Amino acid sequence: MIVLLTLALLATGVAGTVVALTADPQRQAVTLSVYGLLLGTVFVLAAAPDVALSQLTVGTALVPLLVLLTVRTVRRRSGGSR
Amino acid sequence: MSRRARLVLFGLGAVGLAVLWVVATGGLPPVGTDVHPYRDAAVAAAAAHATANVVASINFDQRAVDTLGEETILLASVVAVTTLLRPADDERVEPPDPPPAVLPATRVAGWALLPVTLLVGADVVLHGHLTPGGGFQGGVVLATALHLLYLAGSFPALQWVRPTRWAPLVEPAGSGLFVVTGLVGLAAGAGFAANILPTGVLGAPLSSGTVLVLNVVAGIGVGASIVTLLGQFLRQEVVIGPEAAS
Repeated sequence: MIVLLTLALLATGVAGTVVALTADPQRQAVTLSVYGLLLGTVFVLAAAPDVALSQLTVGTALVPLLVLLTVRTVRRRSGGSR
Repeated sequence: MSRRARLVLFGLGAVGLAVLWVVATGGLPPVGTDVHPYRDAAVAAAAAHATANVVASINFDQRAVDTLGEETILLASVVAVTTLLRPADDERVEPPDPPPAVLPATRVAGWALLPVTLLVGADVVLHGHLTPGGGFQGGVVLATALHLLYLAGSFPALQWVRPTRWAPLVEPAGSGLFVVTGLVGLAAGAGFAANILPTGVLGAPLSSGTVLVLNVVAGIGVGASIVTLLGQFLRQEVVIGPEAAS
């Protein structure tokens, strides 16, 4: 269990760095989603399924969706495609 | 702010965090042993109120006031988003474009997953006192379920099933009922948000007293919050356009 937890923590750390280093917000929404999934795994391994469920719904589904919607709206406005 | 100033600010914050972290965690019992003073106290308190999910007992019974604070934060953020994203003077509400072409597989998946996701959300809310989950997680699942209709390419169906008129009213109603449940405990002389209902048998569907009630109330409030939140963002994307660009 300790080995799994260490692996999951390391993967989460790497994923968090990838999120921070992703420049394009649209791509960042996707990497953020993957990061959220890995963080959820850490919570499951740490015997905290309640927190993992919150993390999955908010961090993996909701926040990336809001970011994507915002990016689309901003692009559409600045592009003046309508 | 220059790069140097930002680095200095980050350095100050990092040092502060490190100091506070060491101070805050210095007195904790060591990790990986069998000594868990807080677990022993929390599990005993949860069992005393017949709440099988100890986390739910902590959130909605032992520390219900903290959870009321979280619910209020969510309410405040939704009010802020609604205020910020209302149509501005130089914007106008357009009839939504005809829905973009969606792959038939996506459409079928959206419609097929809708009832499944609604059931899962209701299950997570209603069994929050027994198994992992609760009003917050279940509320988010319920709200995202409705938005599968958007993925299925049916924005009109989403508009119809997601009455934006009442969602903003349901959401403060959820938070309000949370406060009312707390005040009932106060009126009964047991203290704010005290578990005053009969708690039943540990593990039974109707057990845990106010934990079940507060889970349902929080599920309603959180679900309506997320519906309103996503609705505002979707409205910006789909039906509000800049006046000059039309």
